[in-house]
Amino acid sequence: MTGHKAIEDRSNRRWAIGFTAVAVFLFVLYHWIVPNGPSWLHDFVQGWFSNANTNEMIVYIIMALGLNVVVGYAGLLDLGFVAFWAIGGYVAGWLMSSFLGNFKINIFGNPAPGLEMGIHVTFWWVLLAAGGFCAIWGIIIGAPTLRLKSDYLALVTLGFGEIIPQVFINGQDINGFNLSNGNQGITPIDPIRFFGFRNLGPFDLDYKFVIYAVICAGMVMVSLRLRQGRLGRAWLAIREDELAASMMGVPLMRTKLAAYAVGAFSGGLGGVVFATHINGIFAERFNFSISILILAMVVLGGMGNVWGVMVGAIVLSWINGIGLQQFGNTVNGAFNTNIDFPSFNFLIFGSLLILMMMFRREGFIPEARVRLVMHEHEDDNEEVH
Amino acid sequence: MANALEAHNITVQFGGLVAVNDVSFDVPEGGIVSLIGPNGAGKTTFFNVLTGLYKPTSGSVRLNNQVITGKSPHIIARNGLARTFQNIRLFGLMTAEENVMVAMHSHMRSGIISTLIKTPHQRREEREAHERARELLDYVGIGKYASDYARNLPYGDQRRLEVARALALKPSVLLLDEPTAGMNPQESARFVDFVRKVREDQKVSILLIEHDMSVVMKVSERVTVLDQGQKIAEGSPDEIKTNPRVIEAYLGKSGVEGGH
Repeated sequence: MTGHKAIEDRSNRRWAIGFTAVAVFLFVLYHWIVPNGPSWLHDFVQGWFSNANTNEMIVYIIMALGLNVVVGYAGLLDLGFVAFWAIGGYVAGWLMSSFLGNFKINIFGNPAPGLEMGIHVTFWWVLLAAGGFCAIWGIIIGAPTLRLKSDYLALVTLGFGEIIPQVFINGQDINGFNLSNGNQGITPIDPIRFFGFRNLGPFDLDYKFVIYAVICAGMVMVSLRLRQGRLGRAWLAIREDELAASMMGVPLMRTKLAAYAVGAFSGGLGGVVFATHINGIFAERFNFSISILILAMVVLGGMGNVWGVMVGAIVLSWINGIGLQQFGNTVNGAFNTNIDFPSFNFLIFGSLLILMMMFRREGFIPEARVRLVMHEHEDDNEEVH
Repeated sequence: MANALEAHNITVQFGGLVAVNDVSFDVPEGGIVSLIGPNGAGKTTFFNVLTGLYKPTSGSVRLNNQVITGKSPHIIARNGLARTFQNIRLFGLMTAEENVMVAMHSHMRSGIISTLIKTPHQRREEREAHERARELLDYVGIGKYASDYARNLPYGDQRRLEVARALALKPSVLLLDEPTAGMNPQESARFVDFVRKVREDQKVSILLIEHDMSVVMKVSERVTVLDQGQKIAEGSPDEIKTNPRVIEAYLGKSGVEGGH
């Protein structure tokens, strides 16, 4: 299921097999084992590793992989990545619901009965549309700002990440045009048609998991292949030494814009996937802390390393989504206390970041080349002492 | 003989400071010429004008009879002007081979889509780039380091890698910015032979900025001397050695032997 078309490299085949195995296992677990198994298993899985949380994890993996292209490969700091997530989500909202009720357009769409007004486009085309739309926005934002150097670029992206969600929050009346439905958001989103035999509504988490996993595998493939090619080398060269790269014939603007566009594309994918996952778009979800969360996934996981970034995304989205709460419930149950663990979310993230920066700056699974620098540095320190 | 690179009446001003004053300079096709001068003479500024890092206040630069003044560095590089750096600027955390392949960027065509679906053209291009990179690394004598990170190479070999990377651009003119800085006399002597060999084999013209006079005198066919932004002398190494203005520029006012 992970796109068996063009897998030639042995390394590529290996990850594809591993990824497929995990995905099949999870699907079997959620589809057969949990519903038919004993109730303790059901409670355990629902509590600690619920299907909903797994699907959300995939959203974060897709986006973290995209941000990794920008931050990890090309070395450009982006603090406003949530903007692309939001834009992607709203593209899904516009093209997969009855929200734009003045239209009645159906392109292989799958409207729920009674909601035929509006624009209804098939999920796969919406993915491409959202990705493409975000990539264009990435280029629009990037073209004037990518001339800036590191810190300044980070600040501009930060501003962009703040502006876009505000536009959507306040976008219910733009000269009489309702762009985003403001804080009420857009809901419901059309169900996904699953290979022609099933409509995936809000509760078909297991089948949706399969679809999301396919998209995620696609994103892994994109990350790996681009890294190995001409563009990936140019990105790394810019990360290593911008001036030398330009003197070796690498066009800086174009190459950076390409990184931005690929990152934004995956942000758009994440937006569509998330919209179908929670069956709606809600503007207040797209806040600054999400940008930081995704950046933390990339940094903690191991900048530039696809597997590290995936691990980072899984761990942090698990803590953020379900792990901390469940841990809190367990502790409160055992010690008869009443501590609100999820409210310590940022305390824990903060501590985790500090601890990682102190003891393992290169992330969970670093890129080999980054590990090299970090360790050299340690050696230097030892020599000094 | 035709000129590969021509700079006409280049002037560079930074505010009130004239760093380079009306300097004209040619690199003949297939030649090895040097640019020397005491510290602060404007050599590096002049170099940066040639490579597109600075735009000259006035004057023009032609590469293979095309005006390149004020063009972006990557376009100038693509048109056939390659350089090495005084303080080595390799892509430290990329392998030696990848370093060389980066410089092939402008001669390769594959875009995002063809890389993602691995078109036959993209695969052939990648394979050829690999082979060419290996050839170049073997040529400069560091083939065994192909898959080592550039930052881990010995110093002298990093210099060689910079040359290999520059050659990957298929340049018509190669600018070497103090290539023997930090080398001992034996290494410098070997480097002189190497520069000659590169010129013969790769059909490039070479422009050298160098502090080490023994290297300059041994390898150059023509030497140009800059002092305080002005061209004060030009000629064969023997002429330069005996030119009173050059001697004054180097030894003159302070009376201390400079140039090392």
